[in-house]
Amino acid sequence: MSPADRFARLPDLLADDPDLVRRGRWLNVECRVDIGAEPFHLVLKEGALVSLDRGPRLMRSTVFTVRGTDEAWGKHWEKVPAPGWHDLFALTKRGVASFEGDLRPLLQNLQYFKDLLALPRRLQETG
Amino acid sequence: MAPVLDPMVGRYVQLEIDGVPHRVYFEEAGNGIPLVCLHTAGADGRQFRHLLADPEVTRRYRVLAFDMPWHGKSTPPDGWEKTEYRLTTASYTAAIRAFCKAMELDRPVVMGCSIGGRIVLNLAIAHAAEFRALIALEAADFQQPWYDTAWLHRPDVHGGEVCAALISGLVAPQAPPVSRHETLWMYMQGGPGVFKGDLYFYRVDGDLRDKVKTIDTKSCPLYLLTGQYDFSCTAEDTLRTAGQIPGVHVQVMKELGHFPMSENPAKFREYILPVLEKIATA
Repeated sequence: MSPADRFARLPDLLADDPDLVRRGRWLNVECRVDIGAEPFHLVLKEGALVSLDRGPRLMRSTVFTVRGTDEAWGKHWEKVPAPGWHDLFALTKRGVASFEGDLRPLLQNLQYFKDLLALPRRLQETG
Repeated sequence: MAPVLDPMVGRYVQLEIDGVPHRVYFEEAGNGIPLVCLHTAGADGRQFRHLLADPEVTRRYRVLAFDMPWHGKSTPPDGWEKTEYRLTTASYTAAIRAFCKAMELDRPVVMGCSIGGRIVLNLAIAHAAEFRALIALEAADFQQPWYDTAWLHRPDVHGGEVCAALISGLVAPQAPPVSRHETLWMYMQGGPGVFKGDLYFYRVDGDLRDKVKTIDTKSCPLYLLTGQYDFSCTAEDTLRTAGQIPGVHVQVMKELGHFPMSENPAKFREYILPVLEKIATA
């Protein structure tokens, strides 16, 4: 499964984690996450994922974007990630991921987003 | 049933730092060689609670962990409300020396983590003769910044939660969840702007590049230990620093991150006990 294919499973992964949804209950935002060359558009409402659109969308606006290379996400989602690949900011520090846009909702809900973007790590546990 | 008490005792000591009166909280346990522990930025002495409760350590060491002014149960100095807190190399060094003097400690060992590790390097540079040995955890002469500290203290972002969320990635994946979250909880409890003020020392004022070359490990042994999952002070940062200091002891700690003593006390013990043994028997 490619990193983008794994990320496409995000709706089920988040639905299986009611505690993470609870922690994001103050969050309402539209944002974008790029897995390698593939953009994903997320609509989050009260911590739940209302929609996840895969692929380019003409003139789709977004509050902020998190970008990472295929290698970055692949290594980040290993069962026990290697040092330097285990955290979102470890990835940005080494230059394989980046943030842009209005980062305020990201920082206001930082642990939520870190945990959300790490959810595909669970896929290897369930096959 | 008798109460189940932890062995450490907490007290306040009145002291002056650079002529300003302070009331500093500390916890201590054990007897023997004084071992002063310095917590990380934005946290407090509770990070060392497992060390304070370890009979293998306290049978030979009098372990003391104090909360820096503005941190934990140490209040800021009078008039704090009119100032913006900023830790500097000078003020940090003065606080440590004032505590050691007030407690009448004779050539203590000082062990600090993160900013505590960085200032230990400065103690080795400027005040080595006052200490029996120095231990710097997660320390280097300089580290590349990895986020904008402006996010740490502003009204539209919860300071405690953003501080904890930022540093959460510095905890190694192998850390027991209970210890990981206890470490994060301490960050959530920091006063407004305190973590940011500590990082002024780390980012702006505490650059020790070139200065570490002057460290004389013959007058005071120096130990550097860094967790392999620390991407703030990386193993490479520490090894680069160690490469400039003849006679330094350096160790990369596997499966540990930036908070070894609190994120995974059992694992940290494997690394720190041999160091303390070496110092005690030197």
